Amino acid sequence: MRIDKDLVAASATPLVLGILSDGEQYGYAILKRVGELSGGRMQWTDGMLYPLLHRLERVGYVSSSWSTSEAGRRRKHYALTPAGREALTDRQEQWTVVADALRQVWQQAQRPAGLVEGWA
Amino acid sequence: MEQHAELEAQVDRWRGYVQRRRAISTADVEELEDHLRGQVADLQATGLDDEESFLIAIKRLGNLDAVSREFAREHSERLWKQLALVPDGPDDTGSPSWRELAVVLGLAVGAGLAVKAGAAWITDENALARNVGVLVVPFVAAYFAWKRRLTVPVAAALVAALAAVAVVVNVYPFARGGSTEVLTVVHTPVVLWLLLGLAYVGGRWRSDRGRMDFARFTGELAIYLTLLALGGGVLIGLTFAVLAALGVDLEPVMEDWILPFAVPGALVVAAWLVEAKKNVVENIAPVLTRVFTPLTIVMLLAVLVVLLSSGGLADVDRDLLILMDAILVLVLCLLLYSISARDPLAPPGVFDALQLVLVVAALAVDAVMLTAMLTRIAELGSSPNRVAALGLNVLLLVHLVGSAWLTARFLRRQAGFATLERWQTRYLPVYAAWAAVVVVAFPPVFGFV
Repeated sequence: MRIDKDLVAASATPLVLGILSDGEQYGYAILKRVGELSGGRMQWTDGMLYPLLHRLERVGYVSSSWSTSEAGRRRKHYALTPAGREALTDRQEQWTVVADALRQVWQQAQRPAGLVEGWA
Repeated sequence: MEQHAELEAQVDRWRGYVQRRRAISTADVEELEDHLRGQVADLQATGLDDEESFLIAIKRLGNLDAVSREFAREHSERLWKQLALVPDGPDDTGSPSWRELAVVLGLAVGAGLAVKAGAAWITDENALARNVGVLVVPFVAAYFAWKRRLTVPVAAALVAALAAVAVVVNVYPFARGGSTEVLTVVHTPVVLWLLLGLAYVGGRWRSDRGRMDFARFTGELAIYLTLLALGGGVLIGLTFAVLAALGVDLEPVMEDWILPFAVPGALVVAAWLVEAKKNVVENIAPVLTRVFTPLTIVMLLAVLVVLLSSGGLADVDRDLLILMDAILVLVLCLLLYSISARDPLAPPGVFDALQLVLVVAALAVDAVMLTAMLTRIAELGSSPNRVAALGLNVLLLVHLVGSAWLTARFLRRQAGFATLERWQTRYLPVYAAWAAVVVVAFPPVFGFV
């Protein structure tokens, strides 16, 4: 199953913020986590994660720091800021509303056609 | 191990490729590389070999154009690189930028003081005109001498040469307002510019690359000076208007203090700006040459048609000849700057052909000019002005013929672009040498008239 591009884009910010709410992470680890969470069904273009992270950093939702990885390479870590946590709560509420509405629509769609007509 | 070396080479190539993207900074490349290597390591752990892992990791990273666009959207300021004149930390050369700023401002004020003192001591206006270059250029040269850490012998040679120019322009008993005096006023700056070039290249005067850098510097300097003059003009105009409205006349202060300090100061500051932004922004002079090369061809052809159809060349106006010389110098500047910005390895293209058209058109104009001049000299005898103009035209002719010949060979792929480039840089000092001849030899030869 391929997930629509727009849907991936829309869910990217809350996903990244949510993953970072468990503690600071570096880019590749964030992507691996996305893969695990979606059972490998949500494939991002890896390179696109970084401009997104930089945007989140600019608006103040995440902060970054450099460290050295076990292999001796420089690695950039991202951590959620208090503003980011607020934004995450906000996004969670928005997504809950959307998901809730969608769930009701799906349930309706499964009901007999006659009932739907009665609504109209 | 052999295999891993291949992987390293591939990562290196990839890094070089990504680094060329202006929207992606060095730190971003590092971040992406960390990602790439993490991905490769995970793929290798699943049993893939180096090459397969690398290919898949690259593929997952996404189309570089698209990623680069995304970076550009987020970091648009990088495309319009910021000019940080005074960076937060000390720069690579080890000298803190504040010290450089202090040196530049000191030299700018020094140049102003020198001009002011000159104006106070030298009451004769013509003598002041002869000395203006000698008063200002040493301060710009001093900046580069400081910046390039000139060795003592080079610095000494430079000082001696500057002193020699100063002596010549002041000791010669010029007839007041005579042509040799005017010629000296016009040609001294060219000689001084060569000396400045010596300081600019840090004494490596044989280096073609250094000469080309100095040519680029000169073009950018002209543009920066123009911009500073525009800004300064607006500022002074506004001040004038405000003070006039308040009933204060700024005119005397303007002539006595503002201009003597602002103009030489602007030259020093512009030199520093060009030096500071050399690696920051794309050079603008080559961009302008692209725009003006086709337009100049049209202009040259129009001038040529008018020149030829106007009949008798002998009675061509003297001012016209001077104007035509200016046009030819402009053509050579266009040529020089488009050459200075061209990728020497790129194959010949349409623009190179256009350049050849430009040079050939300029050659035609120059031939007409030379005929007119020789006719004048044959009819009216030689004068300092005519000989100086003839000399300049012969120099221009040789320069243009050489450029046309080498451009044609380059277009037919018989010679490399580097030959054409070398011809330009090797030829440039000839102009300064000729200017030195005009300054040093002409006045005594023509009896200082």
